[in-house]
Amino acid sequence: MAVVDPLLVVDDVRLAFAGIVALDGVSFTVGNGELFAIIGPNGAGKTSIFNCLNGVYRPQRGSITLAGTELIGMSPHRIAEVGVARTFQNIELFENLTVLENLQLGRHLAVGYGTGAAMVWKGKAQREEVEHRRRVEEIIDFLEIEPFRKQLVGMLPYGVQKRVELGRALAMDPKLLLLDEPAAGMNLEETEDIARFILDIKEELDVAMILVEHDMGLVMDIADRVMVLDFGVKIADGTPDEVQRNPDVIKAYLGETLEAGS
Amino acid sequence: MRGRPNLYTSYEADGAIFPTATQKVTFWLGVAGMVALPFLGLSRVWLILLATTFVAAIGAIGLNLVTGYAGQISLGHAFFLGVGCYTGAALSGDPGGSVIGMGLDMLIWLPAAGLVAALAGVIVAPVALRLKGLYLALVTLGLVFLGEHIFRNWESLTGGGGVGRKPPVLSLLGWRFDQPGAIAGIEVSKEQQIYLLTFILLLILGFAAKNLARSKVGRAFAAIRDRDIAADVMGVNLTWYKVVAFAVSSFYAGVAGSLYFATTGFVEPASFNLLLSILFIAMVVIGGASSIAGSIMGAAFVTLLPQIIDSTSDFLPLIGDGSAGVLSPAQFERILFGLLIVIFLIFEPLGLYGIWIRVRNYWKAWPFSY
Ligand SMILES: Nc1ncnc2c1ncn2[C@@H]1O[C@H](COP(=O)(O)OP(=O)(O)OP(=O)(O)O)[C@@H](O)[C@H]1O
Ligand SMILES: [Mg+2]
Repeated sequence: MAVVDPLLVVDDVRLAFAGIVALDGVSFTVGNGELFAIIGPNGAGKTSIFNCLNGVYRPQRGSITLAGTELIGMSPHRIAEVGVARTFQNIELFENLTVLENLQLGRHLAVGYGTGAAMVWKGKAQREEVEHRRRVEEIIDFLEIEPFRKQLVGMLPYGVQKRVELGRALAMDPKLLLLDEPAAGMNLEETEDIARFILDIKEELDVAMILVEHDMGLVMDIADRVMVLDFGVKIADGTPDEVQRNPDVIKAYLGETLEAGS
Repeated sequence: MRGRPNLYTSYEADGAIFPTATQKVTFWLGVAGMVALPFLGLSRVWLILLATTFVAAIGAIGLNLVTGYAGQISLGHAFFLGVGCYTGAALSGDPGGSVIGMGLDMLIWLPAAGLVAALAGVIVAPVALRLKGLYLALVTLGLVFLGEHIFRNWESLTGGGGVGRKPPVLSLLGWRFDQPGAIAGIEVSKEQQIYLLTFILLLILGFAAKNLARSKVGRAFAAIRDRDIAADVMGVNLTWYKVVAFAVSSFYAGVAGSLYFATTGFVEPASFNLLLSILFIAMVVIGGASSIAGSIMGAAFVTLLPQIIDSTSDFLPLIGDGSAGVLSPAQFERILFGLLIVIFLIFEPLGLYGIWIRVRNYWKAWPFSY
């Protein structure tokens, strides 16, 4: 497969809901293997970008290409096939399935057998199930969730659910992984665990990542590049150092703290 | 490994229907018992009643696949049962008779009954792409009314209301299940044969459904049921899997419909009504949603309970036909099933299967109740 650089090109994307402009001409690129972060105040449009990237929302204007393939207009499951996986800001696990089954569902597209083979089971279906189970177990080991393997995810503590969701996305072997606030609601120790997982993924797997996160410390520590969004408009984009020195960014964030303080 | 038969040693064994040898042996002993049962002096009436239970279980498994596993609430199950029922009868029936008949073998009419119903399911499935929950339930309810109308008026197929037609003939490659015969030198009656035939079909279709449920397809069903947008984002093609759910479910309904006719010998175009759909919902809810074993328990409960009420109604106060009671047994059954659906939905969503699992786990841990 040819390496296309940059992997993801988002160009002039505009998304509006009746009356609200969620994204206003947003453009950015993400390179192969890059860890790209998007920050911005609440309601800035970060989650909306993810929803456009994986086809849940359809922008009114602009273009999004992954390795040269236009994503706008494709259905979410087709975009998953092209290689985009994600976690959700509010956990979206299948709560009546076990941890194992949730991760196995992540391998849905990789598993090849059909309905008929499934009903017979012996042979193709059984062979593939065992084969893909190996990959799932690797991810379970990696995320250190072995003790919960057979438990229904609905019953698990929040921090573990967040990991399972990361595992489910990893099981898809994506080219581009979207992480929507993976450290939200976590204590210091759990946040450090997540940071370690993200860095390990970056090191060991050939996957580009977009990280949306409110924890500035985490973002500035691990991201290669950062984009700042405010009211649907990109106000800065660069290395963590550049962004932190950018006067517009300081203004947007100071503005927010002042408001919050008043 | 030796001495620890309960230790899972491979992913294969871990994903198996019976992960331990004990479970496997227990199950097959149970099957052997069921095969021996008709030779232990059961009456003809009871044999047919049990065969009807097996057939109902096939239908209930079908409904559980689409509603319990894939979360698509369907009140249209009676319609698919009817489609299968009359497809089987028409393909099997006498070619020269007053109603449509092709005189084909069971090898053809039985799968065809399933396939034609499955096709009807495929045609209906697109509705489920647009509608969810109650709205889907309402549209599938419309299907039942439509079906009733067609069955009543298409007299050359169904024989018409109050008249009916002959059931499909249980004749497989020259072997007549509906006539006394001998298997390996043992005399078998018609009823014993029908019992065995329907039991074996339930076994095969039950395993196929169980396999489906633990496969990629079953997980996709559950994902659509729990969170359809997340399922889509994970690569599950919602359209395809809803179509598959309706097709497979209707296939089971079609097979059950034709077998029901062949087993009981009589159906009416009006049989395929809303009440029948609700009885199947009762089987799924009472037995346990998204459980194959539960579907079978639910089918047994709903099919056998009326019989028990009937035979004890003389002893129950207020219940009896005509002047004998305030409620007829049939009315009492309806009220009872309605109540049970509500009670199970509220207090035991896992159904009889859930109760069974709890009891089993309790005895497993006994006498250590932790
Ligand atoms: N489905 C929708 N319908 C209407 N408005 C929406 C919808 N989704 C998002 N919006 C609006 O778009 C804007 C951006 O929302 P978005 O969820 O992308 O913000 P965010 O940056 O992820 O915020 P947060 O940090 O709180 O998660 C908000 O004003 C939001 O109300
Ligand atoms: Mg958000």
